[in-house]
Amino acid sequence: MTVSTAAIEDAAMLSPADITEKQLAPPKASARSPLCRAAGLGLAGLARLLAGASIRWIASQPDTCQRVYFANHTSHLDAIMVWSSLPQSVRELTRPVAAKDYWSRGIVRRWLAEKVFDAILIDRTDIKVHQSPVDMMIREAGTTYSLIVFPEGGRSVSGEIGEFKSGLYYLAKKRPDIELIPVHIDNLNRVLPRGEFLPVPLLSCISFGPPLWLERGEAKLDFLARARRAVLSLKE
Amino acid sequence: MNDNRTIALVAGVLALLSVATAVGQFLKRHPDRGLDPAAIRTFNNRLRGWWILCTVLAAAFWLGTTATVVLFGLVSFWALREFITLTPTRKGDHRALFWVFFLFTPLHYVLVGLNRYDVFSVFLPVYATLFVLARVAFAGDYKRFLERTAKIQAGLVVCVYCLSFAPALLQIPIPGAADADRSGNFRLLFFLILLVQFADCMQYVWSRMLGQRLVAPAVSSNRTWEGLLGSATSTALLAAALWWAAPPFQLWQATLAGLVVAVMGFAGGMTMSAIKRDRGVKDYGTLVVGHGGVLDRIDSMCFAAPVFYHITLLITGVKPG
Repeated sequence: MTVSTAAIEDAAMLSPADITEKQLAPPKASARSPLCRAAGLGLAGLARLLAGASIRWIASQPDTCQRVYFANHTSHLDAIMVWSSLPQSVRELTRPVAAKDYWSRGIVRRWLAEKVFDAILIDRTDIKVHQSPVDMMIREAGTTYSLIVFPEGGRSVSGEIGEFKSGLYYLAKKRPDIELIPVHIDNLNRVLPRGEFLPVPLLSCISFGPPLWLERGEAKLDFLARARRAVLSLKE
Repeated sequence: MNDNRTIALVAGVLALLSVATAVGQFLKRHPDRGLDPAAIRTFNNRLRGWWILCTVLAAAFWLGTTATVVLFGLVSFWALREFITLTPTRKGDHRALFWVFFLFTPLHYVLVGLNRYDVFSVFLPVYATLFVLARVAFAGDYKRFLERTAKIQAGLVVCVYCLSFAPALLQIPIPGAADADRSGNFRLLFFLILLVQFADCMQYVWSRMLGQRLVAPAVSSNRTWEGLLGSATSTALLAAALWWAAPPFQLWQATLAGLVVAVMGFAGGMTMSAIKRDRGVKDYGTLVVGHGGVLDRIDSMCFAAPVFYHITLLITGVKPG
């Protein structure tokens, strides 16, 4: 299967070379200060301890190349947990994409989102045509950073994985060079369910799957369904 | 006198483990002996687990009573995590579970550490039970109410309450020992741990060698009546051979304790197997290679500890607390 090259040829809109030269500002040297780095390290450890996470890489390896990790979304802890599950060197280059309405509320949350996780905050209430979230993600990712996204667009109540929104498709179409890594988060909705603020320290499991790409001529809905199945298949 | 016994016990265990490790490594290097390589690997993994167990225990014992109680508290906490993780809960249980993990479990171990037998013997079975029932009711979700509360209660009793009787052995006043001298208590606790581990092993060995009649094929495919009988006999014999190490016991009392520990350990293993079968898993987790989860390691201990504790009280006639 020549999935990746086919996809790259197909998406003639932007080749990776174009992106580096014209579209993007050079990436920041280091987004996080030493203090925030230390806070991030401590928080990652705490999150892993609290949520008793076992981390599995299934037919997949951690890598610092540019990737989009897309995961099911059941808990406020999801972004922190996926981020914490990555090795330190990869984590430095990975930025969660999170909802602005939640993460910019209060000093602590904003400090965590902006300084520690270096999150890309998306305004879900005020989406403009010329400033779409996907464009913003691509601009912020530059040629260095990987992203953590939750394509369901919000936390599912039941724990079932909902339909994926189209953002992942446009992301894949505009940046065909980026590897899309499916991530399945298990049991975290029991650690901190929607609407609760006190966690219960159960054991959770974060599974990373093999990368996938947008195939040549693949329809949007087919791709989104395939991506969703990739996450589901990691459930065992 | 007391110190001599401790030294003898430690030296004996170290010697046994070293010999077993040497044998295990020899078998690993010479695979052409007609032995099952998988069995050798299991044996070596188990040995590694025991070295870790012994090192951790030695460190805790050296640090003293409080450290040992804290260690068992952490083990209980982790086992309860595994237990609740594997039992489906509903959102209505969330807040009850929060208090179970962060209030009842630690507080119970504080009471054990403070030697308040009068309180800790009823704290979890009565008060935590009442709390869980009421808290789940207040949460407003009545679906399968009894089933859900029973699961939480079973987890608390097995993983926390029963296991805590092991470190509670450290608080029993031993007749004839000076007040400050706790070495006898530590030997008593180690005696229990040794018997439980040995009974587990013997059960496996006897079942493999002579096992014919399975106790409950649907629950466990390797636990046989022969294994139970063999394990009870060999554990009783080991207890008799080591009776000098467990201070309050006479020869027949140590033998009886060994017998009961083996039977209770077997019952614990069967119970956890039943729960695992129901949930469709083999092990509870992956902490130490070859040892499954924490709960897989301590299931026998959870069942044996309270009975061993009360046998000790009955035999010595001392009042706890």
